[in-house]
Amino acid sequence: MHIVVCAKQIPDPETPPSAFRIDAASNKVVPAQGIAPVLSQFDGIAAEAALRIKEANAGSKVTVISLGADSAAAAIKQVLAMGADEGVLLNDPAFEDGDSYTTAKTLAAAIKKLGDVDAVFCGRQAADWDMGQVGLLIAEELGWPVSIIAKGVTSGGAGLQVQRVLEDGYENVETPLPAVVTVSNEFGEPRYPKLPQIMAAAKKTVTQWKTEDLGLSAGEVGKAGSRLKLETLSLPPKGGAVELMPGDTPAEQAAALVAKLRADKIL
Amino acid sequence: MPRNILVVGELAGGQPSSTTLELLSGAAGLAEGGTVSVTLLGTGATAAAAGCAGATTAYANDDAGYDTFNGERWLTALTAACDQASPDVILIGQTTAGREIGPRLAHRRGSAVAMDCTSIVAEGGAIKAQRPAYGGNALATYAFATSPAVATVRAKSWDAVPGAAPSSTVALPGAGESRTNVTGKEQVVAEGLQLQDAKVVISGGRGLGSAEAFSVVEDLAAAIGKDKAAVGASRAAVDLGWYPPSQQVGLTGKVVTPDVYFAVAISGASQHMAGCSGSKVIVAINRDADANIFGFAKYGIVGDYKTVVPAIIEELKK
Ligand SMILES: Cc1cc2nc3c(=O)[nH]c(=O)nc-3n(C[C@H](O)[C@H](O)[C@H](O)COP(=O)(O)OP(=O)(O)OC[C@H]3O[C@@H](n4cnc5c(N)ncnc54)[C@H](O)[C@@H]3O)c2cc1C
Ligand SMILES: Nc1ncnc2c1ncn2[C@@H]1O[C@H](COP(=O)(O)O)[C@@H](O)[C@H]1O
Repeated sequence: MHIVVCAKQIPDPETPPSAFRIDAASNKVVPAQGIAPVLSQFDGIAAEAALRIKEANAGSKVTVISLGADSAAAAIKQVLAMGADEGVLLNDPAFEDGDSYTTAKTLAAAIKKLGDVDAVFCGRQAADWDMGQVGLLIAEELGWPVSIIAKGVTSGGAGLQVQRVLEDGYENVETPLPAVVTVSNEFGEPRYPKLPQIMAAAKKTVTQWKTEDLGLSAGEVGKAGSRLKLETLSLPPKGGAVELMPGDTPAEQAAALVAKLRADKIL
Repeated sequence: MPRNILVVGELAGGQPSSTTLELLSGAAGLAEGGTVSVTLLGTGATAAAAGCAGATTAYANDDAGYDTFNGERWLTALTAACDQASPDVILIGQTTAGREIGPRLAHRRGSAVAMDCTSIVAEGGAIKAQRPAYGGNALATYAFATSPAVATVRAKSWDAVPGAAPSSTVALPGAGESRTNVTGKEQVVAEGLQLQDAKVVISGGRGLGSAEAFSVVEDLAAAIGKDKAAVGASRAAVDLGWYPPSQQVGLTGKVVTPDVYFAVAISGASQHMAGCSGSKVIVAINRDADANIFGFAKYGIVGDYKTVVPAIIEELKK
């Protein structure tokens, strides 16, 4: 089985709010000093899911694709170090500032170019914009079935057996191949590559494709092709100041709190 | 400017879900003289349509084949509804179904979706969708270059309002084929009061230190009243296996808007706050006075939960 993992490099989502800055003129997040960008968490988990299927099915292959700038090669290398076989970076200034639609369209074009792909694994959402739609849009672009927010995925039955997380539990879904699956944190932790694997991955060449390699035109990718237009990006309004409960002992503080909540008629 | 709004409704216990009613109230404000219509699919849909206050037309089908959400089956019906209603705006709840329907329906209509929006307004004749991004650290506003403007909307973004029942109900096609098949379902719901319905939510975080420590949080809920208070958890606590995923509050968990939200040993990461910042009052209990949670809380106690929470329970008994 040939599985493509879509992996995005993003600003570290664990950046403390105090270090989070926005450049209002460009509507962009200013990279926090000294905090390196990371592989979006759910994409590492999607890679883990793909690698487990590869290990269970001899002769399988995993290709990792990222749409991003030069630096995104690091995200690809990380998934290669985990055990993926090949990496492709979709890197072209024309791809910049796209929306979910152009991102999915470009990734889908790359998947079509690879040709022999049986499944595409994405994260449930990229932990920067938190949209949660590129996997679904890739499926629509390719005309494939899709199962989202998986906590488990194995090959078997009609193609893949997917355990999906619902609001009130789980459901088992069977999907024929080729298919798209998006993976959630309930799947479990991704593996940590060991040093020799990291060094081997560093030596691997990452294929680079541009707009014309994908048979696309500049007008249909990136900002130019976008359907959703970001107008403003701002910091959310701050809450008021906290009122700390007075008292020298937990009992006194608790009494003050309960009095407040009762006075506010909310308890 | 009049515009036609289509609400993708969902059923809960044979009635339009609370989110559906909220979307209908939002739709009324956006229509500006255009039509508001709603879709309902599954057993009892046609009867439930009467409860869709504010919609003029309901598109419904009672086929039990729609009861278990299946994206492909639903998309066929929703596409048929779109063909008839010609919506300029499609509103969908940010639910299990909505997370899948939003992008797929938008794509099939040649347009785009903004996911997990907290506000949709008409500004200068154009639809603007506002949503948190970067885990809640930022607020983004989008315009649409294509039509219809599709948005999935976070629960409680609008208040449901009373309104007239739809004057007509149009039948949608019955459930058809799907490539994906649901082969089984496992319901995991906490007993008793559900998180979203609770007047008081008490959540525990990684700072509790163990699964057993959640009993302290449960004791507080019991002291407030089993009919009023429910227990939630941060993702860190859920990932550690200390509490069931169904109780996770936050960006990738549940969104709650209780009268009081207690955050016990929770640091207040933006992704957690995304699920509780709409609470009327947030109470933070944390031993670190610099914890981010104190930036969101109305009332705070700096201290060890092990002594503070039992003290609150004692005080409540008085
Ligand atoms: C894309 C994405 C989605 C996410 N979605 C969610 C989500 O839906 N929900 C969610 O919760 N998180 C989510 N997270 C994770 C989030 O970023 C935080 O990592 C998480 O919320 C931290 O949980 P916590 O506050 O329990 O743990 P910590 O951040 O470890 O905080 C523990 C707190 O406990 C305090 N403490 C320790 N001991 C005591 C004591 N004895 N008494 C009192 N206080 C004590 C500490 O001072 C600290 O503030 C998401 C992250 C990402 C990247
Ligand atoms: N630029 C990108 N490069 C590769 N994969 C991406 C990119 N953007 C999104 N994805 C994939 O799509 C998933 C959902 O992204 P999103 O819809 O942006 O939240 C991510 O978890 C990735 O698997």
